[in-house]
Amino acid sequence: MRPGFVGRTIDGLGLLFGRQPQKPTPEEITEEARAMHLFKKTPDERKRRKEAIREELEHPQASNKWRIRRWISILVLNGIFVASYWSDLQLVEGALTASRVLGFHFADLNSSLQLMLAHKHVVINLLIGITTVLLFYLALGGRTFCSWVCPYHLLSEIAEKIHLKLVEKRWVKDHPLDRRLRTVMFGIFAALAFVTGYTLFETISPVGILSRFLTYGTGIGLIWIGALLAIEVFWSRRMWCRYLCPIGLTYGMVGTVTPVRVVHDVTFCFHEGKCRDVCLVPHVLDMTKLGYATEVRTPIGPDCTRCGMCLDVCPTGALRFDVKGITKVEQPAE
Amino acid sequence: MTDVNDTENGGGATGQPKRSRKVDEERRRFLRSLAVGGAVTCVALAGFAQHKMAHAGPRLRPPGALDEEAFLAACIKCGQCVQVCPIRAIHLGDLDEGLSNGVPYIAARDQACDFSCDATQCILACPTGALSHSIDKKEQVKMGVAKLVEPDACLARQGKGWKGSARGPAFPGVLRYAEIDRWKAQPVAAHPYDLPLCDLCVRHCPIDGAISLEPMPEDPGSGRRTPVVAKSCVGCGVCEMMCPTSPIAIRVEVITSGREPEGKHT
Repeated sequence: MRPGFVGRTIDGLGLLFGRQPQKPTPEEITEEARAMHLFKKTPDERKRRKEAIREELEHPQASNKWRIRRWISILVLNGIFVASYWSDLQLVEGALTASRVLGFHFADLNSSLQLMLAHKHVVINLLIGITTVLLFYLALGGRTFCSWVCPYHLLSEIAEKIHLKLVEKRWVKDHPLDRRLRTVMFGIFAALAFVTGYTLFETISPVGILSRFLTYGTGIGLIWIGALLAIEVFWSRRMWCRYLCPIGLTYGMVGTVTPVRVVHDVTFCFHEGKCRDVCLVPHVLDMTKLGYATEVRTPIGPDCTRCGMCLDVCPTGALRFDVKGITKVEQPAE
Repeated sequence: MTDVNDTENGGGATGQPKRSRKVDEERRRFLRSLAVGGAVTCVALAGFAQHKMAHAGPRLRPPGALDEEAFLAACIKCGQCVQVCPIRAIHLGDLDEGLSNGVPYIAARDQACDFSCDATQCILACPTGALSHSIDKKEQVKMGVAKLVEPDACLARQGKGWKGSARGPAFPGVLRYAEIDRWKAQPVAAHPYDLPLCDLCVRHCPIDGAISLEPMPEDPGSGRRTPVVAKSCVGCGVCEMMCPTSPIAIRVEVITSGREPEGKHT
């Protein structure tokens, strides 16, 4: 990723649309970062890091802080829909595709996009719903929806755990796909909606299927969900979220420029790659490889779902949540 | 990560030239992606094919639904109409209905829309205008038209009456018995009848003058009567729900186009 707001944003979008991360050329690296890389490559520094890593492996400290917060968020947000319907509270009405929250309209951005392309007409209530959600994710950034709201994400995360266990036992092998596929799928579904006049993606959208199942009990769609999860367990790790789902791309585009993001500080990084191992979208963490960071502090790009898994595994606090204009540059306490 | 392995350690172990193995894996990855992308597109298109080929009759849509094609496009599949309906007449389609997955329908025989809400709560709840906001009175609705599908089964045409509850003691459906409680629909099973001539379809029709019992054309002098559906019928399906015969004598024929009130478009 090139340094500076413009270069970073353009490269971040490139990664979002499926480009492979590139090793930065020496000219692209800022002077401070270059000095840091040189310092980190000195024998003394290498030795210090090696020892620290050995120490860390002897006393592993895995945290689940962000995972727990995130799971609570997914369970509570989806639970409110169900509880509100069955207790007739009318706090949140509808499903994740569109809802009213205490009377305010909310509309899922990808569902709305499909609808507008197919129906070629939009009413004011839907516009209000779109604007509300748009502002929300402009502020939260990236694919926050994916890991903090989407019910499929939670199931897929469990499927991933099983997948990794099976990989460890060498019973299955991960079959990665070309990440550009998601951009192609986005295009296909947008074109299909426009040409056929039907919101074809909605018939197979795991978000809609799961959300409606939870509230209204329409369960036949679970066959599709089950099939996707089985493929992710036995064949391709996180296939739907990584390579296929146009909803992720929609939210990624919306949250490209945002105050909330994860920031990598190369000063503290051990370059172990633990973060990349757990990440849903490891290409956004390319700067964590030794010598790849172009800036000392690099905000992670729009494909990041803000799930916080990298923060949970990072032993040094090199990765942190950052709110532009609020969070001060601080030293890690750990 | 695999991406990293490919660029940094690819090949070595097998003794194959590093480059050719990398190219090989890239080619396989590309073909895999093509296959998966194609498969997912096909699954989505299956819903489309299912819709185009479906021979089963169309579903009865909630009041105010746009013409079927526009309705399917405009519906965001959120179920807010389901939630506001006080008599729970509206249900959502499932994956087996293809394009209608998540789209609301009414199964009138089980629970018809009797406009218990004084009409159009579902329309007001619809965030996308798939239930047309141009409708604000139940008389403007056009979901279908009631039709005497089994004239020989009709009790009135045989001069017969009806004793007991309309659909038996186990029937879970509710209906607005306005003279008992204007605001809360009552279970049909709890309201037995003792009618000298069955007029359940006419008696409970929520639209004034939409259906009436007329003398039989070929036998006007007798006590037998036949239900006649007027143009003002909106197709709500209350007659279908209340008809006590088996096979059922009167049903709503679903209308898929021309559902919006004339000259009014949102």
